[in-house]
Amino acid sequence: MNETVHWTAWAVFATFFALVTVLGFLAARWKRADLDQLHEWGLGGRRFGTLVTWFLLGGDLYTAYTVIAVPALVYGAGAMGFFAMPYTIIAYPFVFAVMPRLWNVCRQHGWLTLGDFAQGRYDSHWLALAVAATGVLATMPYIALQLVGMQVVFEAMGFGGVRQGAEIALIAAFVVLAVYTYASGLRAPALIAFVKDAMIYIFVIAAIIVIPIKLGGYGAIFEAADQSFTARGRGGILLQAGQAMPFATLALGSAFALFLYPHAVTGTLAASSGNAIRRNAIILPAYSVALGLIALLGYMAIAAHVPAKGTAVVPALIGQSFPEWFAGFCYAAIALGALVPAAIMSIGAANLVTRNIWRPYVNRAMTPKQESTVAKVTSLVVKFGALVFVVFLPLHYAIDLQLLGGIWILQVFPAIVLGLFTRWFRAGGLLAGWALGMAFGTTLSWIEGVKPVYPLPGIGAVYIGLIALAANLALAALVTTIANARGMARAQDATISSDYEDAAVLS
Amino acid sequence: MVMRRRHGWLLLVPFVATLIVPLYDAHDPVLWGFPFFYWYLFAWIPLASLLTYVVHRGMRR
Repeated sequence: MNETVHWTAWAVFATFFALVTVLGFLAARWKRADLDQLHEWGLGGRRFGTLVTWFLLGGDLYTAYTVIAVPALVYGAGAMGFFAMPYTIIAYPFVFAVMPRLWNVCRQHGWLTLGDFAQGRYDSHWLALAVAATGVLATMPYIALQLVGMQVVFEAMGFGGVRQGAEIALIAAFVVLAVYTYASGLRAPALIAFVKDAMIYIFVIAAIIVIPIKLGGYGAIFEAADQSFTARGRGGILLQAGQAMPFATLALGSAFALFLYPHAVTGTLAASSGNAIRRNAIILPAYSVALGLIALLGYMAIAAHVPAKGTAVVPALIGQSFPEWFAGFCYAAIALGALVPAAIMSIGAANLVTRNIWRPYVNRAMTPKQESTVAKVTSLVVKFGALVFVVFLPLHYAIDLQLLGGIWILQVFPAIVLGLFTRWFRAGGLLAGWALGMAFGTTLSWIEGVKPVYPLPGIGAVYIGLIALAANLALAALVTTIANARGMARAQDATISSDYEDAAVLS
Repeated sequence: MVMRRRHGWLLLVPFVATLIVPLYDAHDPVLWGFPFFYWYLFAWIPLASLLTYVVHRGMRR
């Protein structure tokens, strides 16, 4: 427990928090429309152009937890922690090829979620339910980890021995976030993202210039890290024997999974056109440069001999490298970095619950007003759930569940990503494959002690999400082939091939 | 198909370049203090972006 209180840091943080709170409420008037319509509250009316989408998705995908956890992993394991780089390098060509098709078909039919797409494409409310449940399940622990990111910087700023100080600050911040998200919907994080992203860039640029100067340059930093890993006898600044396979498969699996998460889908569908998404696939990598540099903070922390471990590494490095006011600025950047993704995640989960669980199973005849009310209330419930999780349960639950969430979310890949290109698979096969992938992936990870990789004989340690996806695909193909051979009737498909193409190109 | 994807295959190049790890899991040559492993990955961020841009250009005409 930190006994000292960094008043300057708190003051800087409080100033920026107040600023974004005002923005959060003002956002309701931005691109003004009727927020009692779910596509307005939950997707910003699909009116965000290239630049807004860039800030929104950047603020959404590169979260507070990323800023804390990636350097912590690099600090502890070395090069292995850099799998985040190939991951984010290949994610965008994938987005370019896939997501505009999703945007087009969802725009055409007024769909707001991946569950809506599964319902329309396969005429199966069970498949839609599976997609929605997976999304919500994978998102909950992710929101919890954003809270962890905030908590870590609150601890670094200190409470002067006030018991439960971090929890109180966390609850206060989250209640404020919940209220303006309820009021403004997706417009709130979209507007706040401008502030948050700018602050993160300033923090990163300062860090990569100032800290290496103090530590004798990048050569010295890598040298110090190398020596530290040699002394520890594990990890290294290059990949060790047997690490290439987990490194590559984690990168590939994570890249496939990223844009299946509800928060990524919500940010994407809120774009104003397929081309806005394509342009973002070209310019979003700017954030990947920042991510790579943030990862290097792990080595800088080693070279700087910070008296900390794990998630406390980055705050400690900031604290000892910068004057207090700027450290406060950096802490504020990280804490605000938690608000944007947490808001979008809760909105994405709320859209799924409303459209693919509440509507088909509770109230089929919802008015638009009722629909938006269900979503607003759900966003509160989801955030409150995450808060309870973080305050009352051990931290490793959230981390473990988030890891499992990545494995789970990959299991909707066949229904969604392949479904955007082909209608060959049948709903029954996709459901069976999904169930197998979920169970198989969870079991493999559990056997390994909730780890992301499983050692396959003759191949090496492979990301479990991909192993489960392979089993999932095999079963989906088998069931589809059998159903085809027996001449079973095919369900309706609400879409036609032109729905997936850009309207402007067609006309 | 209305949309032409003449250069679509270029999108696969970053996958090959970054997922075949033995290509770049090396210390030398060092650039500005960065071992090869690191500057190679950093270099691929703008390169992948550039390739995506080329594909987008190709689609529009």
